Amino acid sequence: MSLILLIEQVLNGLQFGIMLFLMAAGLTLIFGVMGLINLAHGSLYMIGAFCAAAVAAATGSFVLGLIAALAGAAIAGALVELVVIRRLYDKDHLDQVLATFALILIFSEGTRWIFGSFPLFLDVPDFLSGPVTLPGGIEYPLYRLTLIVVGLLVALGLYLLISKTRLGVQIRAGENDREMIAALGIDIAKLYTIVFALGAALAGLSGALVGAIQSVQVGMGEPVLILAFVVIVIGGIGSIKGALIGAILVGLTDTLGGIFLPELLKLFFDPSTATSIGSSLASMAIYILMAAVLVLRPAGLFGARA
Amino acid sequence: MKLVTMAAAAALAVGLSGAMAEPVKVGMITTLSGGGAGLGIDVRDGFMLAVKQAGHEDLEVVIEDDQRKPDIAVQLADKMIQSEKVDVLTGIIWSNLAMAVVPAATAQGKFYLSPNAGPSVLAGKGCHPNYFNVAWQNDNLHEAAGAYTNFAGHKNAFILAPNYPAGKDALTGFKRFYKGDLAGEIYTKLGQTDYAAEIAQIRASGADSVFFFLPGGMGISFLKQYKDSGVDLPVVGPAFSFDQGILQAVGDAALGIINTSQWNKDIENPANKAFVEAFQAEYGRLPSLYASQGFDTANLLLSAMEKADVKDADAFRAALEAAEFQSTRGEFKFGPNHHPIQDIYVREVVKEGDVYTNKIIGTALTSHADAYWSDCNM
Repeated sequence: MSLILLIEQVLNGLQFGIMLFLMAAGLTLIFGVMGLINLAHGSLYMIGAFCAAAVAAATGSFVLGLIAALAGAAIAGALVELVVIRRLYDKDHLDQVLATFALILIFSEGTRWIFGSFPLFLDVPDFLSGPVTLPGGIEYPLYRLTLIVVGLLVALGLYLLISKTRLGVQIRAGENDREMIAALGIDIAKLYTIVFALGAALAGLSGALVGAIQSVQVGMGEPVLILAFVVIVIGGIGSIKGALIGAILVGLTDTLGGIFLPELLKLFFDPSTATSIGSSLASMAIYILMAAVLVLRPAGLFGARA
Repeated sequence: MKLVTMAAAAALAVGLSGAMAEPVKVGMITTLSGGGAGLGIDVRDGFMLAVKQAGHEDLEVVIEDDQRKPDIAVQLADKMIQSEKVDVLTGIIWSNLAMAVVPAATAQGKFYLSPNAGPSVLAGKGCHPNYFNVAWQNDNLHEAAGAYTNFAGHKNAFILAPNYPAGKDALTGFKRFYKGDLAGEIYTKLGQTDYAAEIAQIRASGADSVFFFLPGGMGISFLKQYKDSGVDLPVVGPAFSFDQGILQAVGDAALGIINTSQWNKDIENPANKAFVEAFQAEYGRLPSLYASQGFDTANLLLSAMEKADVKDADAFRAALEAAEFQSTRGEFKFGPNHHPIQDIYVREVVKEGDVYTNKIIGTALTSHADAYWSDCNM
């Protein structure tokens, strides 16, 4: 295995992790501030991708598609919060899981009703397509590099939002003691709607960005949702920093595990068996990572609450 | 209106030609929601088009959605057999669902006509007199891809498929016919959407070609990412990643790619020409291979209904075995294990106007039977 291949795979893991972070950040924010388990987060990811595909197809502009994804997912998120989620805050987690699972079904069938059952076309824009040569002779797709940069910028933006702005102060206060900030005269209902829309917009952005290199189809959000839950459990529920570190850990483990485990096993088994066992083990790698983190730190890497 | 008239005329013709047997009730269990619904919808639409064209009053079809979940498929099959009292079951797309439903249904004396899934077990040791596969055995299109890879002169192929039974059937099938070396062999996760790591391995492996079996959304993701990576090795695959439903989502990234299929819309025969035209008129889109399989399944059933009463299982089975219907694939016959013996074609992805589609450029295997029939004792 050459160094170039290794670096390329690390970049792949990083890119995968950063896209997971966009999903996980919204999920952990919503759980941290409102104590709500939102299974329908994956549907917001799907809505982002479908909005982007529809607008990009109509206008021919990928950038307009991205804006539509952000706006569409944020609006869908705000609506869902106002109509459904608002009634769930003082219910227990089981009710929340049931209600948001129902939302998944409604969104999936609603999307099928509007767009049909066949996948939609969304492609990387021309100015970002094709590979670039990095120092050291590594050929890497420009679009994936862009995803890494965009993801890191969003992470920086979130950090500034949470630590430097008034809204950020309210969000942090809401995580710590929601009765108290309500008593201090903050409109908690409005804050919740804003946080939910923000989380939804991040999911929508992630769906649109990833949709350009994957398949835009009904049900695309659920596999990502599971990974995003793994990320926030590893990172510590409610922690944005934890979500970033957790997402990158999961991205790297998943990508590198998929390559090195079969190679490692080839030392002990014949190639065909090694590939088969190695791929099975690699699928488990992130869950083993999660279990290990939970044994050592039951609240996750950066979790405040157990 | 036109269709209704046509159906009425057809019904009249059938009525005149005699032999009205007992009514036949068909239970169709297929995937109509969730990921992969496109395949089930195509099978259903193809099947129902044939039913509508025949206008047979004695044929009743009950359609249910299995949501691609084996447990739901089993419940539906039980319901159809016990309370709906169907005579024939059909419709299942996925091999794991077929394995959950078919053995139980045939053991209860029902006929099962598979319009898609063809797991190796049901073609070999687990074959059954009441089980007929109208599409293919799972390995077939991959075997053809292996044969084509030899023909194209590739000597060092990199092969990948998802880590589940049909994925293993795929690589086994490919290797059964492919004679060159393997630059690499990877099983990916089922449902995986990011192939950056695999593409990097392909780039580093020194391969001269790539064979992949990644059905549905997985194939869309792979092709888009492959094109964007700048790796330009020739790619070969089975038709499952290049069917009419998903080509539009892949776009230019699929152009020129070679794939293998038992059917295409340009196969020259009157039945196929009429099918493609009628499907477009009825549903406003081009049919996929899945639609052709659904259509052929219904026509096989209708041909058997003409000759025998479904309550007389032996006669009905013999009528199915004879397979006297106009297949969209041209000549069609069953092997001893009730799986098709058929030609498998090489297709190329082309653009016709604004629509991405396939055209046949050659034949990979002629009168090809599956590799498991000798294990079948029935």
